[in-house]
Amino acid sequence: MIGPLNRKLVRDLWHIRGLVIAIASVIGAGVATFVMSIGMVQSLDETRTAYYERYRFADVFGAVKRAPEHLTRRLSEIDGVKTVATRIVKDVTLDIAGLNEPATGRLISVSTLGRQALNDIRIRRGRGISHGRPDDAVISEAFAEAHGFEPGDHFFATINGHRRRLDIVGIALSPEYVYSIAPAALMPDDKRFGVIWMSREALAAAFDMDGAFNDIAISLLRNAVPRAVIADIDRLLDPYGGTGAYLRRDQVSNWFLSSEIEQLRTMATLIPTIFLAVSAFLLNMVISRLVATEREQIGLLKAFGYTNAAIAWHYVKFILAMVALGLVLGSAAGAWLGRELTEIYTQFYRFPFLYFRLDGSVFAGAVLISLTAALIGGAGAVGRAIRLPPAEAMAPPAPPTYRRGLLQSLPIVKALDQPTRMILRHVSRWPVRSALTTLGIALALSLLLSSLFWLDAIEIMIDTQYEQAERQDITISLTEAQSRRAIHALSHAPGVTAVQPYRAVPIRLRYGHKSRLVTLTGAVPNASLNRVLDASGRAVSLPQEGLVLSANLADLIGAAPGDMVTVEVLEGRRPIRRLRIAETFETYLGTLAYMRIDALNRLLLEGPTISGAYILADPQMRKVLHRELKDIPKVAGVSLRETAINAFRDTIGDTMNVVVGFYVLFAGLLTFGVVYNSARISLSERGRELASLRVLGFTRFEVSYILLGELAALTVIALPLGCILGYGLCWIISSAAETELYRIPLYVDRTTFGFSIIVVLIAVIISGLIVRRRVDGLDLIAVLKTRE
Amino acid sequence: MSEAPVAPDAKRTLSARGLSKIYHSGEVIVRALDNVDFDLFRGEIVVLLGPSGSGKSTLLNIVGGLDAPSKGQVFFKDQELTRFNDRALTAYRRDHVGFVFQFYNLIPSLTAAENVALVTEIAPDPVAPADALALVGLADRIHHFPAQLSGGEQQRVAIARAIAKRPEILLCDEPTGALDSKTGVIVLEALETINREFGTATALITHNADIAKMADRIVTLGDGRVTSVQENENRLPAAQIEW
Ligand SMILES: Nc1ncnc2c1ncn2[C@@H]1O[C@H](COP(=O)(O)OP(=O)(O)OP(=O)(O)O)[C@@H](O)[C@H]1O
Ligand SMILES: [Mg+2]
Repeated sequence: MIGPLNRKLVRDLWHIRGLVIAIASVIGAGVATFVMSIGMVQSLDETRTAYYERYRFADVFGAVKRAPEHLTRRLSEIDGVKTVATRIVKDVTLDIAGLNEPATGRLISVSTLGRQALNDIRIRRGRGISHGRPDDAVISEAFAEAHGFEPGDHFFATINGHRRRLDIVGIALSPEYVYSIAPAALMPDDKRFGVIWMSREALAAAFDMDGAFNDIAISLLRNAVPRAVIADIDRLLDPYGGTGAYLRRDQVSNWFLSSEIEQLRTMATLIPTIFLAVSAFLLNMVISRLVATEREQIGLLKAFGYTNAAIAWHYVKFILAMVALGLVLGSAAGAWLGRELTEIYTQFYRFPFLYFRLDGSVFAGAVLISLTAALIGGAGAVGRAIRLPPAEAMAPPAPPTYRRGLLQSLPIVKALDQPTRMILRHVSRWPVRSALTTLGIALALSLLLSSLFWLDAIEIMIDTQYEQAERQDITISLTEAQSRRAIHALSHAPGVTAVQPYRAVPIRLRYGHKSRLVTLTGAVPNASLNRVLDASGRAVSLPQEGLVLSANLADLIGAAPGDMVTVEVLEGRRPIRRLRIAETFETYLGTLAYMRIDALNRLLLEGPTISGAYILADPQMRKVLHRELKDIPKVAGVSLRETAINAFRDTIGDTMNVVVGFYVLFAGLLTFGVVYNSARISLSERGRELASLRVLGFTRFEVSYILLGELAALTVIALPLGCILGYGLCWIISSAAETELYRIPLYVDRTTFGFSIIVVLIAVIISGLIVRRRVDGLDLIAVLKTRE
Repeated sequence: MSEAPVAPDAKRTLSARGLSKIYHSGEVIVRALDNVDFDLFRGEIVVLLGPSGSGKSTLLNIVGGLDAPSKGQVFFKDQELTRFNDRALTAYRRDHVGFVFQFYNLIPSLTAAENVALVTEIAPDPVAPADALALVGLADRIHHFPAQLSGGEQQRVAIARAIAKRPEILLCDEPTGALDSKTGVIVLEALETINREFGTATALITHNADIAKMADRIVTLGDGRVTSVQENENRLPAAQIEW
């Protein structure tokens, strides 16, 4: 049989069902965000690991000019090496119907016999490479989709000076090219850079590599010492023009993917943790106020002889029942959305499968935090009521001693009407409660801001990178370094209005025992097209000698301005030099290393040589220019400004948009929950008072005004406070969410403030209207007849 | 000041000696009770009279274990209540005392029967809620919620709730204060029935001197002190009281 106390429980819950729903949305939003985000990041991480494992993604990579096949045996004898796969890898220029400018294709040799020993590919459509068909090509899915290629289509490639037709037989994914990023490019551009797998025989014949290779992939045994293995490999490959072996960590696609997942992880731990903390705080506040309204009933139960433990247990059940809905809904929604999100990201990253797993501990963590917050909130209020002698608890709380405070002696206050004065007195009589309500609304607003601010941050990154720093329309990279005279040819191309040369070489930057593979760019001083700018838009001046590094790169190798670092050039004559770091500068994007182009030329022991150029072009002549560029020999790649911006938006923007969307949604829900709770509990706290006022002849409007005017006044205070708190949260996020790939600028746009404030105001207005309806419907007789 | 111990008396259910209760509210000190002695014997009805603010409710709350005095002792039979800790006071209220308040204090979300069951649940030897309600003439209202009952009916539910545990002591603070005379008499009759059937020692606060006619003794308070104690030789049945 259900005892009377449990009945009271059920009926009370039903009576305050609106509140229960509002509380559920507060907890639900916190728990769902948490479960969703953590679940998603965990699953993505595990999917990636599983992908790498199943498709035998290598541990070590390296390139050489040309090494004999028999070196393979010596490589596999190195201590710690498990498997060695040698390959032929070459970048070639592609000619694709419908694409004006040239594209770059990375040809990679594959064995025609079943699976690849390392870096296996997954055929999504069509078939693999057949033995004895030199023109068969399997292309990467991203590249295929960018051009709408299907098996059976074809395109042309300039292979070793010969134009050849390649037949697409299959479309594939590879763990090695989750992101395919062209050499020296910042972002993937799937239209202009594609991975193409061909048979080893075909590539060996085309590049004169019979019995030889120019690329290796190696997997390591569990107990291998990576640094030692790399040193051994480098020693073996050096005589054949090795450019230095590197670990998976430095492999471009993996590095980029890790950065992205890392970014997601910071975002998906930081924001939900803040969400959960805020929702826990709000829950605590709401429950404590709600239980406080039960004070008389607690006193009555005590008068009947119920023990403190029995009363406490009753309210524990009450709280549990109240938060259960939110916990269940939040967990379920979080799990479901987490799966959906993972699905979206799986497609986004082109993982061949999805591995969704939700750790029980994720739920447990979220539930525990929420429950604890609720119970602590309730415990305070129940404890206070229990500690009172029952006689006192049952008496309505002593009429508060309102005072004519300083505030009220102001002439302006004297001029106010009675209801407005009641609002002022009430607020100043319950300063803590008013402050908590204000803080609650402010926190909700700050969550909205900190979710939305990511979008502003992306725009700022785009603006600094592409509007201020990179002002060129086109970036051209040459297949190999050329004399500076090549500029003349470029500047005479149709529509070109300005040209700025650059030199770029792959280097290993070493300081102490830390090292990093980066591109060292030689730039002209006082450039007007492509400028070296720091995060605040200040032009960084390049010294006569010495390096200028982005601050994050300097941090990675643990060096500071003034330190001497070792630069190992991985190209040409491969000089090794010690250079001073002249300056570091803050950037949002990329790990960058610069020096003057003439100094770089000297370092490379070469004459005035360039790797490519930045071009400003007449918009009217674009089409002609693009076609012209396609015919200039040795142009390896062309990257256009708009496509670069789009690539940036597609890559980094899309990663965030989805999550941000959900965060904004949940923040909105939470805002509504908080505001409605505050208004509704005020109504229960003051129901009798308001009903008595109605009895005394106050109109419905005046009575609603007393209640809602207070809410409005507190909201007005909460808005600026929320903006400040929100900005603080953004600051925390922007300093915590830093990856090797990029840093989040601290900038919140005015429209973001505006939008967030409007969301809060809408929540306030809706809650106000709901509560107003209840005020209008106050049953005066019932209120006066029974003691609630 | 040490009080003479109370002489053991089998009929004395409750006795208080030298009770004082001082409230400090802000700068003002209020002596709600000032050295008050009070007894309640088995089976008797005591009516407490006195002007508003004279300390009647305070006295009742203290002897009922709802509040603690600033000074003085309270005995329930031979046990000293004023030495009880919270747990013992709770047990005392649960097992021996029934309360009836001026404002009924029913739980609005529970029906009449459920409000009574709230108490019978935790009492050692209770009357069934339906029987208790029948005793106060509410057999046909047991499934009504407080809001569906008249004031007198609500007060009778409160009385049923108070007596359903067969308490030895029944403390009523202005049980008829909110009722008209006809309804008031019905409520008083209910109290009288309980007093007769169970021999419950009943203390009743009222502002209505007419009600004192149904008492065995009349205690009058003024300004926190007992001003008079009268024995009532010819106690009237509640049905014959009118005001
Ligand atoms: N919590 C309190 N704080 C301060 N003073 C109090 C408190 N409770 C009661 N008093 C004061 O103690 C005195 C006695 O109060 P009590 O409630 O016992 O009076 P009463 O005789 O029951 O009056 P009434 O007939 O109006 O109910 C009053 O002067 C009252 O103001
Ligand atoms: Mg009183």
